Amino acid sequence: MKNNPILRVVTKTLFAPIILYGLYVQFHGDFGPGGGFQAGVIIAAAFILYGMVFSLEELKQLAPPKIVHALMAMGALIYTGVGVATFLLGAEFLNYDVLAKYPAKGQHYGILIVEFGVGLTVASTILGLFMAFAGFDIPKNKKPTKRSPSVKAKTSIKKRA
Amino acid sequence: MSTLLINISLVSFMLVIALMITFSHRLFAIIVMSGAYSLISAAMFVNLDAVDVAFTEAAVGAGFSTVLFLAAMAWLPAEEKRDKALVILPLIVCFAAGSLLMWAVAYLPALGDPSSVVHQHVAPRYLAESYDKLHIPNVVTTVLASYRGFDTLGETIVVFTAGLGVLLILTGKTGRVQNDKANNDIRDEDE
Repeated sequence: MKNNPILRVVTKTLFAPIILYGLYVQFHGDFGPGGGFQAGVIIAAAFILYGMVFSLEELKQLAPPKIVHALMAMGALIYTGVGVATFLLGAEFLNYDVLAKYPAKGQHYGILIVEFGVGLTVASTILGLFMAFAGFDIPKNKKPTKRSPSVKAKTSIKKRA
Repeated sequence: MSTLLINISLVSFMLVIALMITFSHRLFAIIVMSGAYSLISAAMFVNLDAVDVAFTEAAVGAGFSTVLFLAAMAWLPAEEKRDKALVILPLIVCFAAGSLLMWAVAYLPALGDPSSVVHQHVAPRYLAESYDKLHIPNVVTTVLASYRGFDTLGETIVVFTAGLGVLLILTGKTGRVQNDKANNDIRDEDE
């Protein structure tokens, strides 16, 4: 699809607005419909579009798999971290009241940070899954041995593809 | 009235697509049609005033899963294997389950009925006090992230672990080599 000028131009034009819309859904979730889960899939969709129109290699340059995999855990860690922080500040686990001077303010901060963690995990998980599925290849460099029972299955799948 | 008309047209679209999926044998067409099915159900969620669910359905159901199915299709033949034998037992099970569901629908409370059981437990308290306490207009967000913060933590962990599992299966190179070695060793011992 890389040689199709329409797709290239549309993708390059839409990439930033999609991410911007994702960020809007993420951080405007207190006031309108949306939140971490929705924002995560929207942001991941922008990257998936990029990877489909250009190539998986270019997507991997844009979003290195190592970083994406680290962000998966990072989001969950941020969420749990907020819980531990409230714990250390003397309240119950995930009771955001103590995060700021006033309980309502603390709840605001808590919800914002927690939703950010959710968005990070969802976006990077979906992106990581896409890269794993798109880049999935039956390993070729392994020497076929007599004992390996999977060699037969491999060749038959290759023929069909 | 207009909502009813929109609902009727959306449901009939979905019915037509479902029938087309049932009778089609080309995998590519089936995948694209299931994407269209998801998109129409996203429109239905908008009609039910559940815009955030519609976001998710449009992005995950129509977008992401279609892409995943297409990626998986690269390893499959283009045509479904045709089985000419009439399968009677699954047909009976489908009709029985379907008619059971249709019968149960009659006992559901009306859509948006405030006096139904599910809206009597904690929902009134959330609606009454959440704005005064948290100053956040969107009750869905306060319930999701604050009142039910622990549940959402669990959901996030589930997303993370599910993704981790799939990634390990698809890209766990060192694990695969080690496993093969271990398997060979076991086989050596067996022999």
